[in-house]
Amino acid sequence: MIPALVVFGYLGVVLGIGLFAGRGRQGDAEDYFLAGRTIGPAVFLLSLFGTNMTAFSILGASGHAFANGIVTYGLMASSSALVIPLGLFFIGTRLWALGKRHGFMTPVQMFRDRWECGHIGTVIFAVQAVLLVPYIVIAVMGGGTTLAAVSGGMVPFWLGGAVVSLVVMGYVFFGGMRGTAWVNSFQTILFLSFGTIAVIVIARGMGGFSSAMESLLAAPATAPLLTRERVSPLYFLSYTFIPLSSLAFPHIGIFCLTAKRLSHFKRTVILYPICMLAIWLPSVFLGLAANRAVDLPAIQAKVEARATLAAQGPSLPPEQRAALRAKASGDDVILKLVEGYAPLWLASLLGAAVMAAVMASDSQILALSTMFTEDVFAFYGGAARFGPSVQVQTGRIFVVLLTVVAYSIAMTAPQSIFDIASQYAFAGYSALSPLLVAALFWKKSTKWGALAVAVWTAAAVAGVAVLQTMVAAPPPGEAITVWAVGGVDVIARIAAGTTVLGFLPVVPMTLVSVLLMVVVSQATAGSRPAPATLARYEV
Amino acid sequence: MQAALIALITGLVYVLHQDFWFWRTARPLVFGFLPIGLFYHAAYTVAISAFMWLLVRRAWPSHLEEANERQHVSHARGAGIEGVPASARAGGSGGAKPPGKK
Repeated sequence: MIPALVVFGYLGVVLGIGLFAGRGRQGDAEDYFLAGRTIGPAVFLLSLFGTNMTAFSILGASGHAFANGIVTYGLMASSSALVIPLGLFFIGTRLWALGKRHGFMTPVQMFRDRWECGHIGTVIFAVQAVLLVPYIVIAVMGGGTTLAAVSGGMVPFWLGGAVVSLVVMGYVFFGGMRGTAWVNSFQTILFLSFGTIAVIVIARGMGGFSSAMESLLAAPATAPLLTRERVSPLYFLSYTFIPLSSLAFPHIGIFCLTAKRLSHFKRTVILYPICMLAIWLPSVFLGLAANRAVDLPAIQAKVEARATLAAQGPSLPPEQRAALRAKASGDDVILKLVEGYAPLWLASLLGAAVMAAVMASDSQILALSTMFTEDVFAFYGGAARFGPSVQVQTGRIFVVLLTVVAYSIAMTAPQSIFDIASQYAFAGYSALSPLLVAALFWKKSTKWGALAVAVWTAAAVAGVAVLQTMVAAPPPGEAITVWAVGGVDVIARIAAGTTVLGFLPVVPMTLVSVLLMVVVSQATAGSRPAPATLARYEV
Repeated sequence: MQAALIALITGLVYVLHQDFWFWRTARPLVFGFLPIGLFYHAAYTVAISAFMWLLVRRAWPSHLEEANERQHVSHARGAGIEGVPASARAGGSGGAKPPGKK
């Protein structure tokens, strides 16, 4: 009960921060949606980092490491630690400068201006919006699950989801970008503090990590977890394409526009990798170490389920295999470690940190609201007809509607669908990243090239999702050939998803996007923007 | 020259992410508990931060801010961009108008 009270206290604090941030402001669109482009350096770093961290950073990372070992860090953390700061350095700074100079509030506004197009911008908006919604639904589900778990079932799933939705909606509604940025900064401080404390306390509880690692190395079933021998280099390489999505996420692009000065990017670019290290190294290491925490009954049950799956998996009926997979899932191992080894106060703080992670949907909700009011409502004449204050009110109404829709879907749809959708949304946003690069750096790009990229991305994401729904996942270590040419597997279904010539789909999706942008732009050279338009982008 | 050097170092750092040399080995356990592959990537992350520091020191695009400050001066004098203020060119609070809605 005490952890649940701490979590409710935490929810009260973040709501208070959001309400405080929103009081006495000017009320125009730039102030509400971009905090008046006045975010300072510390909040810019903490909030941008917090915006990129989701429930996966704490729970998913340790769960993935529990099942797959140290490879988790190289797949997701060190690749992001390189690609995201580089993107902020080369793309974020330029986006900021053009946004400040020309008054852009969303990436689509820039695309429309840069390529002298209107409705093609609407198509890009639609693709971005559809790819963003699954995250918001998953956050509602995560909130409901977490509150139910920390309260020992006293707060039911539907009520937990509703409470979290209302809190997020409240501070986004009243605080806008300023409230969201302040809450994200607070949440990031909570994440960063949690990792180190958890490692120290759990190490003491387990009697030190050295003996745990030696035991894992001594057992043939767990020794590979300390290496990357179970993962192919092509699969590992594929993951370096995933962080490209971060640059194309509209909430990250919009957040780049909020910095007061260009120099605020400096600290963020330098310290972003260190923040990644501070959160992901403890999460991955604790997930790995959990394999030795078999004195905890909940973890022992997971290890046994995994062993059964490995030994008898192919001969078991699909339902039993799915049940064993769910039982072996490591998404809650860090919770179990803290429950088993940490005092109550730390378990309570963990509940708040997990809640902070699952509430990362605030930026997406605000970004969708900004995009709707700027790229649709204002673009099609709403702001001119009704004025700027109605535009902000429209944004707020959109926040409420989006929250209600996301909550309704979360209460009725199975989570597995949205897990798949959000998984391929990353690949989709990576495939959209050539839009930004072409708009900012390639004068010969045209609106038709941009349209080709948007349509291709939508088709490819839908295609992969349909394929994964129709062809059931094989047991780990096996592959189902979907399409082969001359004895070479072109498309294969594996336990973790789909591969194309051994790569994850994100690689061909992104490369084809680049190719389409180049080929279609060259083929439609007559549609290049006027020299006066191009001159505005020479920075 | 500097751009080529930055591209070269960036490419090198990207290649160093694919550390096939520690692919199949867990030992040595650094500090007695960190498998070498995990330690390598943790150290690699710190090295990226150092690389970013170098980029910021040597290749910071300060011209972007200076150009904007010059632009603000010209706005303050009423010139606008191409004679049209950004807010007027904007479809919303910024951006372009749909075709036929000039």
